[in-house]
Amino acid sequence: MKNKLIEIGQIAPKFSRRKLLGGAATAAVAIVQTAQGKNIQQAITVSDVPDDPTKVVGTLAGEVGTRSSFEKVVKKPSDISSRSPLQDFYGMITPSDLHFERHHAGVPAIAPHKHELLIHGLVEKPLVFKISDLKRFPSVSRIAFLECSGNYRTGKETLTPQEICGLTSQSEWTGVKLSTLFREVGVKPNASWFLAEGGDAAVMTRSIPIKKGWDDAIIAYAQNGEALRPEQGYPVRLFLPGWEGNTSVKWLRRLELSDAPFMTREETSKYTESVNGKVRQFSFDIDARSIITYPSYPQHIERGWVEIRGLAWSGRGKVVQVEVSTNAGKTWQLARLQEPILDKAHVQFRYLWEWKGDATEIMSRVTDETGYVQPTYQQLIAARGADGGYHFNPIASWQIKPDGSVLHKPEK
Amino acid sequence: MPHTLSRVLLTVVLLPLLIPTLGVFRADTPTQLSPQNMPSDTAHFPRSFGLGRAATPDEIKKLDIDVRPDGKGLPTGSGISTKGKSIFEAKCTPCHGVGGVGGPNGSLVTSVPAAGKRSERTIGNYWPYATTIFDYVRRAMPFNAPGSLTNEEVYHLTAYLLHANKIIDETTVIDATSLPKVVMPAQKSFIPDDRKGGPEIK
Ligand code: HEC
Repeated sequence: MKNKLIEIGQIAPKFSRRKLLGGAATAAVAIVQTAQGKNIQQAITVSDVPDDPTKVVGTLAGEVGTRSSFEKVVKKPSDISSRSPLQDFYGMITPSDLHFERHHAGVPAIAPHKHELLIHGLVEKPLVFKISDLKRFPSVSRIAFLECSGNYRTGKETLTPQEICGLTSQSEWTGVKLSTLFREVGVKPNASWFLAEGGDAAVMTRSIPIKKGWDDAIIAYAQNGEALRPEQGYPVRLFLPGWEGNTSVKWLRRLELSDAPFMTREETSKYTESVNGKVRQFSFDIDARSIITYPSYPQHIERGWVEIRGLAWSGRGKVVQVEVSTNAGKTWQLARLQEPILDKAHVQFRYLWEWKGDATEIMSRVTDETGYVQPTYQQLIAARGADGGYHFNPIASWQIKPDGSVLHKPEK
Repeated sequence: MPHTLSRVLLTVVLLPLLIPTLGVFRADTPTQLSPQNMPSDTAHFPRSFGLGRAATPDEIKKLDIDVRPDGKGLPTGSGISTKGKSIFEAKCTPCHGVGGVGGPNGSLVTSVPAAGKRSERTIGNYWPYATTIFDYVRRAMPFNAPGSLTNEEVYHLTAYLLHANKIIDETTVIDATSLPKVVMPAQKSFIPDDRKGGPEIK
């Protein structure tokens, strides 16, 4: 496919052709027109910025927008996951391309017209749905967080919010309620669980109690106003609000209704946690959690007014309050919560603090509508034993140094 | 005039009160609804939307590869540890170590931990059901060629992994009848989640 530059020179004579054609180092400022005559915007780099943008006609309208190349927000990938840059976010929605990733055998390439969802087992009518069928059912949209239950890191001072708990993100999910599909296939009275299976190379499977399917499960085909991203399960995924991320099986290809759980590897060997010598299984709900995302490592603060900012959420319902301590947990003050405060959703909190230059520690703790208060690391260890594992949601503290630098305080 | 008023009263005042108590919302009810007093969203659903197509027994059989602890889903065939050992050496040791211990992608076989270290979680000390080995290895392993093993190979590998973990004898034949009967040492440790929100930290 041959790209053709729009004859921008006529309207913007100050744009040199060299700049428009520049390679990676001087990436083109403008719009290129593809052979099909479609306008594609390209990122503007620092060297492309004119001295006075009011004297140069800007980029023409394009088909797809681009993030400003002055904004370097990136996920942090490992071999098995990629963490959301929580410290770089504003508001409550995670941009879709910055939603965390966790998969067990990579992101599959799936053509939507070839993908089908089979529902069978203890049903009256086993049915197969194409994506286009799913889109014709009554639809629903819901803003909710999705968090991996293995979302916890500590152990050194140089950790960012992204590294401590970047395996949580929030989107508006759109799809068909699973209850609608349950009605369509006719669930038999003895069905008590269902298996959700993905079409990736892990052929990921989880057993889900049928009640969750009737309550609020969504068969989601869209995220933040567009089709799901491949990393989030394109073309269709299960979405279980408030539950550990692994249960929201991506690239969903099959649901089997059953009278017992299947005891898959992901609900026995993994996603279970040692608790006082026992192994806790089917721990679905995400306990309430919060974290200050500003100020955090590696930021610096200045003396004066600092708006402490962060996110709080609960898998069991709404956030009721967030408290902030600016004196290492001696006293706590109520933070302001940004509306809307949604069920099973990230909520932004803010607390205005005057920093006079003293060394201290700051931290936040959330209370949800069940009365659960986010625990300290020590409280969690006391309740569960020292084996660690999934569903670790302790209060995270930041050390403020007299020079304004901020460091994580590793848990002990 | 009074007649109209009473109709208005009926629809505006009474209808919203009535609706929640009506089991079924009828499509011919006067449409004085606001987004706040809509009946539950399924009340006006038809019995069926008529979407999707009937699944054939053959296509269900092809996709239905899961195996339950009671043995439901296990195919015909059988396996034995000695044969599983040679398949394991050919296809699994690069990632899971010789004898299933110490590979880059995790041990599958329980071994004595190094001094001062906790023992690794393996099939032998952590997996509650033997059927999960068959289900998981068939669907996802080997990692670099998922879904490439025959049922027979998976039975052999399952027998090998159970024997290497000292759960069955070298001569035990593993098949659809014997596998669900294997009792795993870790099974007694598993308890369902008992967290339920509220003030208690669990
Ligand atoms: C190329 C490397 C590779 C090869 C070869 C491989 N595996 Fe794996 N295996 C993995 C990885 C990676 C995982 C973890 C996958 C995940 O993250 O979900 C794994 C996980 C497993 C597990 C689950 C372990 C647990 O504790 O949950 C079993 C069982 C297993 N493999 C068996 C096998 C068998 C049997 C073979 C040979 C037929 C095999 N593997 C070959 C890489 C490999």
